[in-house]
Amino acid sequence: MKKFSLLLVLVLVFSVFAMGCGGSSDDAAGDDSAAGDNVIKIGVFEPASGDNGAGGKQETLGIQYANEMCPTVEIDGVEYQVQLEIVDNESSTDKGPTAAQNLVSKGVSIVLGSYGSGVSIAASDIFADAGIPALGVTCTNPQVTEGNDHYFRICFLDPFQGTVLANFAKDNFDAKTAYALAKLGDDYSVGLCNYFKQAFEGLGGTVVYETFPDGNSDFTSYVANAAKANADVFFAPVSTEAAALIIDQASAQNLQMPILAGDTWDSNVITGAAKGKNVDINVTTFYQEGGNAEFDEGIKAWIEADSTNLANNGGNTDLAAVTAMGYDAYFTALEAIKLAGSGDPAAVMAALPNVQYEGVTGMITFNEIGDANRTTAYVKHCNTDEGIWEFVAEQGVE
Amino acid sequence: MDFIRDNLPYILAGISVGGQYALIAIGYTMVYGILRLINFAHGDMFMIAGLMGVYAVTWMPLYLAIPFVIIFTVVLGFLIERAAYRPLRNAPRMSVMISAIGVSYLLQNLALYVTGGLTKTYPTIPWISSTITVFGATTKVVTVITPILTIALVVLLMILIHKTKIGMAMRAVSRDFETSRLMGIQIDSVISMTFIIGSFLAAVGSILYFSNYTGVMPTAGAMPGLKAFVAAVFGGIGSIPGAVIGAFIIGICENIIKGMGLTTFSDAFTFAFLIIILIVRPSGLFGEKNIDKV
Repeated sequence: MKKFSLLLVLVLVFSVFAMGCGGSSDDAAGDDSAAGDNVIKIGVFEPASGDNGAGGKQETLGIQYANEMCPTVEIDGVEYQVQLEIVDNESSTDKGPTAAQNLVSKGVSIVLGSYGSGVSIAASDIFADAGIPALGVTCTNPQVTEGNDHYFRICFLDPFQGTVLANFAKDNFDAKTAYALAKLGDDYSVGLCNYFKQAFEGLGGTVVYETFPDGNSDFTSYVANAAKANADVFFAPVSTEAAALIIDQASAQNLQMPILAGDTWDSNVITGAAKGKNVDINVTTFYQEGGNAEFDEGIKAWIEADSTNLANNGGNTDLAAVTAMGYDAYFTALEAIKLAGSGDPAAVMAALPNVQYEGVTGMITFNEIGDANRTTAYVKHCNTDEGIWEFVAEQGVE
Repeated sequence: MDFIRDNLPYILAGISVGGQYALIAIGYTMVYGILRLINFAHGDMFMIAGLMGVYAVTWMPLYLAIPFVIIFTVVLGFLIERAAYRPLRNAPRMSVMISAIGVSYLLQNLALYVTGGLTKTYPTIPWISSTITVFGATTKVVTVITPILTIALVVLLMILIHKTKIGMAMRAVSRDFETSRLMGIQIDSVISMTFIIGSFLAAVGSILYFSNYTGVMPTAGAMPGLKAFVAAVFGGIGSIPGAVIGAFIIGICENIIKGMGLTTFSDAFTFAFLIIILIVRPSGLFGEKNIDKV
């Protein structure tokens, strides 16, 4: 009996370890056959689980598709295989650095990611110490690139996005009071709420700002608070997981209030949650489906053809803007490698500021901080009858 | 009237979530009462029940899916006790607790593996997911039926414990483990029964909870489980009415705190509350006083 119980404990312990590793490493080791001398590794630092798992997977899809389209890069007449090293940072600021370390030890030339600014900031120092450049795909918080030389990004920033949303709330809904909700300790939503608040108060409105703690799934009281505050818009730039719960609760309480959010909400998780419900959702984003027909068609066929990809995209072929951004990020990285003339991280880092690339989401060039020069955001509205996004306007800031 | 209209949504939400915590808390408190074990895996059982609800509706019609979820959870609870706790019956109490933590991680990682880390949306159950208006506050039907169902189940449970033979055996085992074994009570079947009841209530709780808050993710059981545990300690761990009252108090207070605009502190409050209760009344509201047996 004693032996049996010991065995059982051992089995339990080992199965916990085995499960823990299983989720993250299966994709990364896939393409070892290509390993030879002429290989350049690109690290993909994205969440595949946790709060931002859904978005991270969609962003990774764009990168994988780009890699499939263009799996080699030519430097000085020699053809190099480009190999993706994909790790899961679990959307977590304490697990992210370990995943980043993993990429460093695999010897990648450049890192793409992450979806979610908090994880990017948490892992930034690890890439800096290893001298590896990082290219943010959709992390919009200013702190990601601020005060360092190695982090770049191809998306717009939260001060810009917050201002766009504040203007949109003022112009379209004639809003005087806004209710803003962020997740406690989440750099992205807290940051974006603050920029929204500054801009909206600058326009003469008032903002009621509240936060919810990690692990919370009961949004009843937050929705009731927004109604009690007599707000004209509900601003909730939170993760898609929380968003689905907020949408559900807003519909249950019959909250007759437009809901505004940032780029994270541009996902089929949201349209799925809002389908058939009485909610009015508007988001700002990087790319509008239909912006580049050839790309849309290609990637949809590619996603459709593989059941894993289809599951990673949430079960249908609706394109998220982050997927298009992931696609552009890969080619921007390739441009930088070509310009550097080698896969040496230091050379790639030196080359990045001079990269110019015309992607499906627009022209990508970098300013002196390492941010992309972007001046427009797309506003989309959710059609809740059919569960699809509809294009509303292209909005910039004067 | 304005005061009621403004504050009713919070109180409704509080009572509803309190009822759901109560259903989980009973599982904690009963297992503790009988085994002196804090079953850390209980919150994750609750999550697995939710996840099974998501998958069950894709395999079978809804009227079969709900009983299936409940039976599945009960069997799972029974098997966990059989595999992870029973072999450690005579081991030091710490070993059993570590085994419970192991099961908790096993379930979480299993869920992570199965779902791929993505949140699953709980199916809409007709009627209880529809909206109704109560005194001007719009909410889901489940909010209103949760407290009624909770109290009905607790009354049934109290009858079971006080009027039946197995209930009497449970009370005896919780009073004195060794002596009741000497008196010929089948300890193992009493403990299995405890896990079956706890899992059943957790499954019912999960149906109500996830109908209201529809996202099921691998860590979805952690927070409700923790709060239900706090409720059980608050009411006096080992006492069923204590756990139920504790759960309602925690649910209502938590939502009132949020309603007062102190949203940031709502969780901090729950745990600060626990500390204060433990300082002032170490055995909780209805807990038995500790008698040191020599």
